[in-house]
Amino acid sequence: MAADSIAKRLKAPAVLARGRLADRAFYTATFIFAGLVLIIVAAIFIELVAMSWPSLIKFGPRFITSTAWDPVARKFGALPLIFGTVVSSTLALLLALPLGLGVAIFLSDIAPSWLKTPVGFLVELLAGIPSVVYGLWGIFVLAPVVMDHLAPWLNRYFGWLPLFKGASYGVGMLTAGLILALMVVPFITSVSREILMTVPRDQREAALALGMTRWEMIRYAVLPYGRVGIIGAAILSLGRALGETMAVTMVIGNTPKISASLFNPAYSMAAAIANEFTEASSPLYLSALIEVGLVLFGVTFIVNALARLLIWRVGGGRKRVRL
Amino acid sequence: MNTYDRRQLVSRVMLGLCVVCVVVVIAPLLLIIGYLIYQGISSINPALFTQMPKPVGETGGGMANAIAGSLLLLGLASCFGVVVGVMTGIYLAEFGDNRFGFFVRFFSETLNSTPSIVIGIFAYTIIVVPTRHFSALAGAFALGVIMVPIIARTTEDMIRLVPTSLREASLALGVNKWRTIFRVVLRTASPGILTGIMLALARAAGETAPLLFTAFGSRFWTLSVNEPISSLPVQIYTYAISPYEDWHRQAWAGALVLIGIVVLMGLAARFLAAKSSLVRGARRR
Repeated sequence: MAADSIAKRLKAPAVLARGRLADRAFYTATFIFAGLVLIIVAAIFIELVAMSWPSLIKFGPRFITSTAWDPVARKFGALPLIFGTVVSSTLALLLALPLGLGVAIFLSDIAPSWLKTPVGFLVELLAGIPSVVYGLWGIFVLAPVVMDHLAPWLNRYFGWLPLFKGASYGVGMLTAGLILALMVVPFITSVSREILMTVPRDQREAALALGMTRWEMIRYAVLPYGRVGIIGAAILSLGRALGETMAVTMVIGNTPKISASLFNPAYSMAAAIANEFTEASSPLYLSALIEVGLVLFGVTFIVNALARLLIWRVGGGRKRVRL
Repeated sequence: MNTYDRRQLVSRVMLGLCVVCVVVVIAPLLLIIGYLIYQGISSINPALFTQMPKPVGETGGGMANAIAGSLLLLGLASCFGVVVGVMTGIYLAEFGDNRFGFFVRFFSETLNSTPSIVIGIFAYTIIVVPTRHFSALAGAFALGVIMVPIIARTTEDMIRLVPTSLREASLALGVNKWRTIFRVVLRTASPGILTGIMLALARAAGETAPLLFTAFGSRFWTLSVNEPISSLPVQIYTYAISPYEDWHRQAWAGALVLIGIVVLMGLAARFLAAKSSLVRGARRR
């Protein structure tokens, strides 16, 4: 009786109900915002398809197999752009993978602890430099060095390869690949470092106890254990390189031609969009550029999904390794 | 040379090569920073921050409008990015251990690795096309979308670090779940969340590609969200690819300012992370 009246006076059920309602409302609010992330990604895809529809209809699959990118003649074949993106990114990955992995091994297994923090910080700083600053440095410092020193040297000793034929004007595929390599090294390093950290200490100690040298330990006990994750790191960096825009635009030369020599100017998908989007004079032109964006989105989506699945698998769910 | 010596030698050489890798990676960084300071420092003067760009051919002038524009864009972008990012992070940490949470997490990471120029096209199609003109709003929206996944991820990670006992203590006192999250969990995690916001801002501050055809650029002073607006990265890009010596000089100075802003934000993020008892606790564990 008494307890009942107190409860009545406190309006306990009403308070509780209001509390429950507030909790539900809060849950719904966070749910909506989380859903917004899904909606944004879906909307990006839908908008890209919708806006590139005229071009999708007109060119069909020829869009990605035709080599003529000629806005004046209203011919849009994206193959030279795809070629430039793929070659510059692959070149970047070939250069950056051993470098990044070396740094990761240094940070996880070699460096004395007082050196780990500053080196780690510097590598992070490299990741923090804006793309446009890389581009600026690429135009005024790296491109002249490539033209005057690197290209002639490569031509003299490896000129028999079609890759290093002819002269370089500074800007071109090689310069773009070098800048990109520099930009993706930090990603490879930080992901593979995380992966190497997940290799159990026992694994290392067992290897050393068997009488292995430190390198043999890394080579036979640490790297194989982290192999899948490192492949994931490489693919993730490839995704980064494929979508990189400003630095590439500034040093690749912006010429939609396919040529074997890395010295020649080339073009990439992202660079074409950045350069020509505001100049697109006809709806078809704009639509073709957006279709380039669609291809770019599709490719990076697949590449990243692949990388993430690999990394999540070795990272033991999503708890240990995230990037 | 016997086997043992050879193995030791191989080991030394390979470990040495790893050190060489570090040098090869760090050297360009120092070269870039050094060259930037060498080229830019002489042009860092009050005019850079207070004056407007001069017409082609006249030397001097500054980037006042671009710096103000960048700040405006970042401010607007945060309004969108911080709200969506933090709320998404809360969802993922508190209610996200289900299939929907997995998808949100996966798509958030997808968004994080979507090329920024594609996000620029997206902002173009949903803001510039309907309104028929470039605007600061479109640029800020693009930057906001870029910020969301970074903030969502750090928020989730930081909230997950808050000890369950703290949560249970609050719930045991009869506090609602949402109030527990706001008053106890978020407050405990706030330095970490701020770290995420700073990182996202640092990333957005340097983005050029998504602004090229959304915020576009302008040679005039404007703080209207409905007009094209200049920004520091776009201004650097325009100046860098121009044929004028004096503009190149300003591009270097602008790049130095931009790097300064980005590094300051990065340092602030590190400082906040170091101050956070949560992160320190997690590291000790």
